[in-house]
Amino acid sequence: MVKFSTLFFALSGALISHAASAATDASVKQGEYLAKAGDCAACHTAAGGQPFAGGLKMSTPIGAIYSTNITPDKTHGIGDYSYDDFVKAVRGGVAKEGSSLYPAMPYPSYAKISDSDMHALYDYFMQGVKPVSQENHKSDIPWPLSMRWPLAFWRWTFADDSTYAPVAGQSAQWQRGAYLVQGLGHCGSCHTPRGIGFQEKAMDQNSKGYLTGGTLEGWHAPDLTASPAAGLGSWSEQDIALFLKTGANKQGAAFGSMTDVIAHSTQYLSDEDLNAIAVYLKSLPAADNTAAPQASDATSQALFKGDVSQPGAQVYVDNCAACHRTDGKGYASTFPALAHNPALLSEDPSSVISVILKGGQRAITQQAPTGFTMPDFAWRLDDQQVADVANFIRNGWGNKAAPVTADQVKKIRATLPPAPQK
Amino acid sequence: MAAVKKAPVDVVIVGFGWTGSLMAMELASSGLNIVALERGENRDTYPDFSYPRIADELTYGIRLKLFQNASKETVTVRHTTQETALPYRRFGSFLPGDGVGGAGTHWNGQLWRPLEADLKMRSTVIEKYGADFIPKDMTVQDYPFTYDEMEPYFDKFEKICGAAGQVGNLNGEKVEGGNPFESPRKNGYPTKPLETLYAGELFSKAAKQLGYHPFECPAANCTEAWTNPYNVQLGVCNYCGYCERFGCFNYSKGSPQSCVIPALKPFSNFELRTQAHVIRVNTDSSGKKATGVTYIDAQGNEVEQPADLVILSAFQLHNVRLLLLSKIGKPYDPQTGDGVVGRNYAYQMTGGIKLFYDNDNWFNPFAATGATSTVIDDFNAENFDHSKVGFVGGATISAAFSGGRPIQQMGIPKDAPRWGSGWKQAIKDNYLHNMNVGSSGSVMPYKQCYLDLDPTYRDIYGQPLLRMTFDWQQNELKMTNFIKDKAEEIVKVMNPKHYEVGFKTLNSHYDVRPYQSTHTTGGAVMGDDPRTSVVNKFLQSWDVPNVFVTGACCFPQNLAYNPTGIVCATALFAADAIRNRYLANPGPLVQA
Repeated sequence: MVKFSTLFFALSGALISHAASAATDASVKQGEYLAKAGDCAACHTAAGGQPFAGGLKMSTPIGAIYSTNITPDKTHGIGDYSYDDFVKAVRGGVAKEGSSLYPAMPYPSYAKISDSDMHALYDYFMQGVKPVSQENHKSDIPWPLSMRWPLAFWRWTFADDSTYAPVAGQSAQWQRGAYLVQGLGHCGSCHTPRGIGFQEKAMDQNSKGYLTGGTLEGWHAPDLTASPAAGLGSWSEQDIALFLKTGANKQGAAFGSMTDVIAHSTQYLSDEDLNAIAVYLKSLPAADNTAAPQASDATSQALFKGDVSQPGAQVYVDNCAACHRTDGKGYASTFPALAHNPALLSEDPSSVISVILKGGQRAITQQAPTGFTMPDFAWRLDDQQVADVANFIRNGWGNKAAPVTADQVKKIRATLPPAPQK
Repeated sequence: MAAVKKAPVDVVIVGFGWTGSLMAMELASSGLNIVALERGENRDTYPDFSYPRIADELTYGIRLKLFQNASKETVTVRHTTQETALPYRRFGSFLPGDGVGGAGTHWNGQLWRPLEADLKMRSTVIEKYGADFIPKDMTVQDYPFTYDEMEPYFDKFEKICGAAGQVGNLNGEKVEGGNPFESPRKNGYPTKPLETLYAGELFSKAAKQLGYHPFECPAANCTEAWTNPYNVQLGVCNYCGYCERFGCFNYSKGSPQSCVIPALKPFSNFELRTQAHVIRVNTDSSGKKATGVTYIDAQGNEVEQPADLVILSAFQLHNVRLLLLSKIGKPYDPQTGDGVVGRNYAYQMTGGIKLFYDNDNWFNPFAATGATSTVIDDFNAENFDHSKVGFVGGATISAAFSGGRPIQQMGIPKDAPRWGSGWKQAIKDNYLHNMNVGSSGSVMPYKQCYLDLDPTYRDIYGQPLLRMTFDWQQNELKMTNFIKDKAEEIVKVMNPKHYEVGFKTLNSHYDVRPYQSTHTTGGAVMGDDPRTSVVNKFLQSWDVPNVFVTGACCFPQNLAYNPTGIVCATALFAADAIRNRYLANPGPLVQA
């Protein structure tokens, strides 16, 4: 009798262990997918650094901060975090020992992550990531601004810790898209303007300003609403999904930080999730009803005749036309069109100026490993020339956008690293 | 003994141009640990070929930035064994590349498949005209594979490059507009043919009037956006006129940078080391097994890289020299005909006619690619009857522009002043109003044309330079004079105001100074017999089975067409054999 009971308990224990192990494997795999969706590596893996070991420098108006080690290392990482500690940090912006996280960690968005997804993420970071014993780098923020207690007030004022709540009357696909865009995808971190407290002005489609375009580190992330001129009004759902998969579509190509988002995050999303995101984004009404550019061949005709009297035209012909063409149409799937490209037409020209000065490489993905690169022109064009050519392209071929000044160029040029000696 | 010894790898690749990069790409997915050693610097489309910096004729066209430095290593040249060979110090007739991409970076993009007769030249000539038709000193031999056997690899390389062209023979069916002499293709070209230039229109009209069959040159210059078999994207050529001697800023000219390297970067089992100048292949005490290579690194240290498989993918001349320096295979002796390494060296034969027109003919030479050329193949290889012409081989004839650069491509009449206001006026009168009709001809191998090590001159590492013994032979001089007559016939129909003939005469000698074609071949030729070849059909050394040798050094003779198609197809063929046969059972792939 005693023998039989012992055998029963032993078998029972084995079954429980096996079930837990199998569940964890699936959970770790799901967590890896979600970590890519959330693009955790973008901040927590430094260039050339070990995965999730931290150390990436991020500029803020009050000084640079450095991302932390979130590998399961027990000394310098999150190895001793419980599930609840993890939730508090990711959703609530509070580290295990109670200090507030800088809002560079997009916990206001991550608050929307569901419990089941949070469990999967926790399992992945604890069991799917290699521990790295790398010490965390202190911030460059000077005292007293380095004190973190005011961040508690920031959190209380600007962060809402509710998980995603389904919206009545919308499809499951839309809900999935909304969940990803508002939550893990944290698109609003770049694409939503920020307020006086450097908070995102809106966290979902119910608030004015959500995904209407934002400027960060010299780049302007465009309007993602249906705005006809500077937003996604002329993009189809298919255009959006393809863009997130490969970094380009017939409308244009990713630039600035978005290339990293695609390379590290969105290229790995399933087609189902990409399409859901597209459905959600296409549902957002236009924030700006400025009409889409009308077709005009006045610019092309002038250039074909050799008329370069328009300011910036000669600079365009000498530097840009070889790839973007005199008709501004670029080359399909290779070099983006400039004619009627919404990315050029934002009120804020920071990205146009940055691309001219710094150049840019296309996102490198499994489907598109080439990484087509536009060279930098800061070495060759002065501030006035950059302003002129920016104005030329923003107002050529039917485009219409606010003027760019040499002073705006000068400000962005000042952020460039010193030019290497050639 | 080397100062440094690296950890052993499965494969070491010497040279990282077309064949080195293709070998690496084809073998990387097998999981092998691969190291590629490139003597030059790293180069990539960005930043090295960025527009507008790359459009600098003085830097790239004249000072040859993408080419080898002749003060470090060069070849010595002589016409005959009676002469003392001297070092070639200012590159002219051929241009060895340097750096990642090698010659694949600076080429023009003309991409040809050989004709069936090109591959079986000896057999074809004997069958048609008898064995006596072949001069006694001519060492022409067949390639050791058939066209059909190689067709899938020609096709694959064209897809890798996104090659542009009009098919002329689709599965045996002739197609209008293409080359009617073309060997049967299973597929058309990946992208549409290059635009016909005005010069091409004039040439085409005249050629048709004479009963010839003009078509557009097949090119590794993409005419449509293309994604290749490695998932790499290529752009659309914009006819910038900076192909040859330049790297492509537009991602549209086929090169290792634009076609292969982006797909190779993710493989963690592949490592590229630059500024790694290989000086020898090491073998074990039996001399029948390679153990790796020794190279000089950027700091001047001698480094040994042990490997199970050594693939020589350097420029043709360098591969042959490495075999000689490493004592792999027996050096060729022109007196006895014994030995094989260095045998069958050849340099392509070319000629041209400059045509000058009045002001009502506008040629706009600046809008061109390296392969914008309208060609006739009617006098190439065995496409015509040789029974009464008295030579072996032939040539293509074409009207071509590769650009209108101000230093090298300013066509003015021979008698125009070379400086001052007269020179300026000549440019003004002729720059937009002249064109060329040129030829590219085959060159057969001869007992007296070969490569060996120089007894006197050495490189900066103290190793003997490669010596080239080469001069034009009567067969090729007869051929090019025959072609001159055909070209002139076409030119007369075109009726320019004035033309100037620039073909070699029966008394001409090889001159290293002017650029002619840059296509050098032979020295490590492929064949069926180890007594007349260095490597078998899979480019595997007969003497040291774990050494493979790629490139134009394996060509038994130099065909009229540009070599890149065969160079890369044979590399893909060899990679296939290594992956599917050699790895499972290392050893000779062909029994002699």
